[in-house]
Amino acid sequence: MYAVWDAVVKLYGEYGASLTSLTLIDYDLERKTSILRTSLVTVNMVRASLASITSLAGADAAVHVLAVSGTTKALRKKLKW
Amino acid sequence: MKRVFADLHLRLNVKDPAGTLRITNKAANIGYRLIAVPLAPETRMEEVAKLREVCKEAGLDFASRIDLRPRTVNELMLRLRRLRRKFEIISVACENKQVARQAAKDRRVDLVSFPLLDFRYRFFDRAEAELASNSLAALEIDVKPLLVLEGPARVRLLSSLRREAEVAMKSHVPIVVSSGVAAEMLLRKPREMAALAFLFGLDEDYALDAVSQNPGAIVKRNREKLGSGFLAPGIRVVKEGKDC
Repeated sequence: MYAVWDAVVKLYGEYGASLTSLTLIDYDLERKTSILRTSLVTVNMVRASLASITSLAGADAAVHVLAVSGTTKALRKKLKW
Repeated sequence: MKRVFADLHLRLNVKDPAGTLRITNKAANIGYRLIAVPLAPETRMEEVAKLREVCKEAGLDFASRIDLRPRTVNELMLRLRRLRRKFEIISVACENKQVARQAAKDRRVDLVSFPLLDFRYRFFDRAEAELASNSLAALEIDVKPLLVLEGPARVRLLSSLRREAEVAMKSHVPIVVSSGVAAEMLLRKPREMAALAFLFGLDEDYALDAVSQNPGAIVKRNREKLGSGFLAPGIRVVKEGKDC
């Protein structure tokens, strides 16, 4: 989550980051998938920030958005989680 | 209608079949349906056919592309004359103003791009945009520097991209957002590319068009032109023979 916050703050600054209301809902270590909550108006800000992540803990990495949904129930259904 | 997403600047090493296969498979998995790979002018037709086959197996449509980096207007004209009918997409990296102006007004040029890191050589102003608008050339923006740069360099880049995107939108010059990457890890999904395009001021529809409709239209137009029946824009041979 630190990497996500770091990316948001780098791209949009602390003010921009404060608008996102970013929260970690769930993380599955096996699937390397996490569920993040953000406000609807800042979805694209978070998407751009996630796309700008190129390394995690010193190793090359890419973070992709698998699905976006209004509720976690629908999201889990989409992801078959 | 469902969008067909395209990345017109995927730098594949054609000499590395394993790497090529890995990157094309990833591009297909993350949602692209059309890719263009910059090739050397001396690339043989067999190599292009092989690459096309690899892409087809991955479920991708392949377009051949050449990147020109001419120093003078004469060099640009000469290379356009030689290469236009060999490649589906021609991109010109403009490193001086004369070349930039000529590339923008020449109908054989599909994409114009500018050095992303040397801000003195970014010549995309209103005059350039007007010329490009009349000749249907598009402004190509690679997202790779946005991923690899940090701090003041990225801030300056975003600032000049924002200015250029605004000029392009005002003059109705299509913008094509491409990856420009050679590494699998730097490939991003089409919607992520569009989200990165928000950073330089494109709105949602315009950004999505920049990774789908605009590149698709260029490839479609050029394939039509390179087809055997093409005579001039709007005129093509439908039927030949004595009974016509």
